[in-house]
Amino acid sequence: MSLHFTGEHEWIRLENGIATIGISDHAQQALGDIVFAEAPEGGRTLNKGDEAAVVESVKAASDIYAPCAGEVWRAIRRLPTIPRSSTAIRKAKAGFSR
Amino acid sequence: MADETSTLTLPLDSWHRSHGARMVPFAGYSMPVQYEGIIAEHLWTRESAGLFDVSHMGQLIFRGENVDAELERLLPGDLIGLKDGRLRYSLLLNESGGIIDDLMATRRGDHFYVVVNGATKHGDIAAFREAGLEPEYLESQALLALQGPRAAEVLEGLAPGVSDLTFMQGGAFSLAGADAWISRSGYTGEDGFEISIPASAAEAVADTLLESELVKPVGLGARDSLRLEAGLPLYGHDLDEQTTPIMADLGFAISKRRRAEGGFAGAERILAEIENGSIQKRIGFTVEGRQPVREGARIIDSEGNEVGRVTSGGFSPSLQKPIGMGYVATALSAPGTALTLEQRGKLFPAEASATPFVLHRYHRKGA
Repeated sequence: MSLHFTGEHEWIRLENGIATIGISDHAQQALGDIVFAEAPEGGRTLNKGDEAAVVESVKAASDIYAPCAGEVWRAIRRLPTIPRSSTAIRKAKAGFSR
Repeated sequence: MADETSTLTLPLDSWHRSHGARMVPFAGYSMPVQYEGIIAEHLWTRESAGLFDVSHMGQLIFRGENVDAELERLLPGDLIGLKDGRLRYSLLLNESGGIIDDLMATRRGDHFYVVVNGATKHGDIAAFREAGLEPEYLESQALLALQGPRAAEVLEGLAPGVSDLTFMQGGAFSLAGADAWISRSGYTGEDGFEISIPASAAEAVADTLLESELVKPVGLGARDSLRLEAGLPLYGHDLDEQTTPIMADLGFAISKRRRAEGGFAGAERILAEIENGSIQKRIGFTVEGRQPVREGARIIDSEGNEVGRVTSGGFSPSLQKPIGMGYVATALSAPGTALTLEQRGKLFPAEASATPFVLHRYHRKGA
């Protein structure tokens, strides 16, 4: 099991044919306070580079691109609550997997 | 890409960097967008006092005989009737009634002190000159704002007497050894002050203000979310030269006497819109769910027809939900009207809302 960082600030962790994908702490800090994250629906087919998810900070929306092709298995987690500080946000990973 | 050589620096540039600011290009300047985080800075301003550097804004002086009457040719406010030391929100209008800029005008003894937006200041100066006025640009003045419910107690300790000012009133004070023009005004909806000082004194004043543990530096990001919650329009987004004061729901800026007399740029169209209403109107809206709907999104009716556009949108840290402003057909502008917003192919149920979203807490006379 290993963690790979892609050029677009996403990371992939491969385990038993399932890739867990998330965005780096650095990217989350660069985005600032994240107020909304939307992961793709399970069953959706993605090609590498497709817009897979959206992360919204107070200031701007950022697309998260699929770092590899595959079928979405399930979203791990959406942001459970709107965090009130950047510290809380860094703990609430915007992740999705397939 | 921003051209580094053409980006100006603020008098407090190194101060911002040493206080952990993330700097971004804005209005031709390198400016602090945030320090510890937009939401934290926003909420701090709502509960204590935030220190903003708005030195990018244009500070102008107008002198001369009948300067009030001269300014009234362009601005629709009652400036002749403006008392000494009082501020008035006004609009620089073009001949068709479109808004060239929004501004604050203060009568200061024998002259007027006018603060205009940073991104538009050079165009404003040109427009004033074209109309035969001679603004003096105070290029070496810095402008700070101290905003929030604790701002008055902090500033009173440093410049005794400022707490006697009421909303939209200013005066000359000494602050950290500098000559300061301080007015009780701002862009957050909170009580607070705007402080004009020589650029050479900006660091000393900022340091002195920050000595209070009630004060934290606040960047442009929170300035934007604070003004949005306060329902205050941002020039270049919610206002432009195609927008009239009536469309923009800024009819209050056209004083009673001016409505009766006219005689300002664009008066014909604006007075007709006061009489008959405008086709479109600026509204506030709230969005269902948690995803912000931002500038440029379409506003559509139940049949999918475009009825307007979002001009500002974001997430309200105080209300913990998405809010925004936009223009819609006037028939759809009443608070409570159901609207649909379309952003990147996705539809968002929304509702026209009264503004401000967060109540103003200005220190009004007699309050």
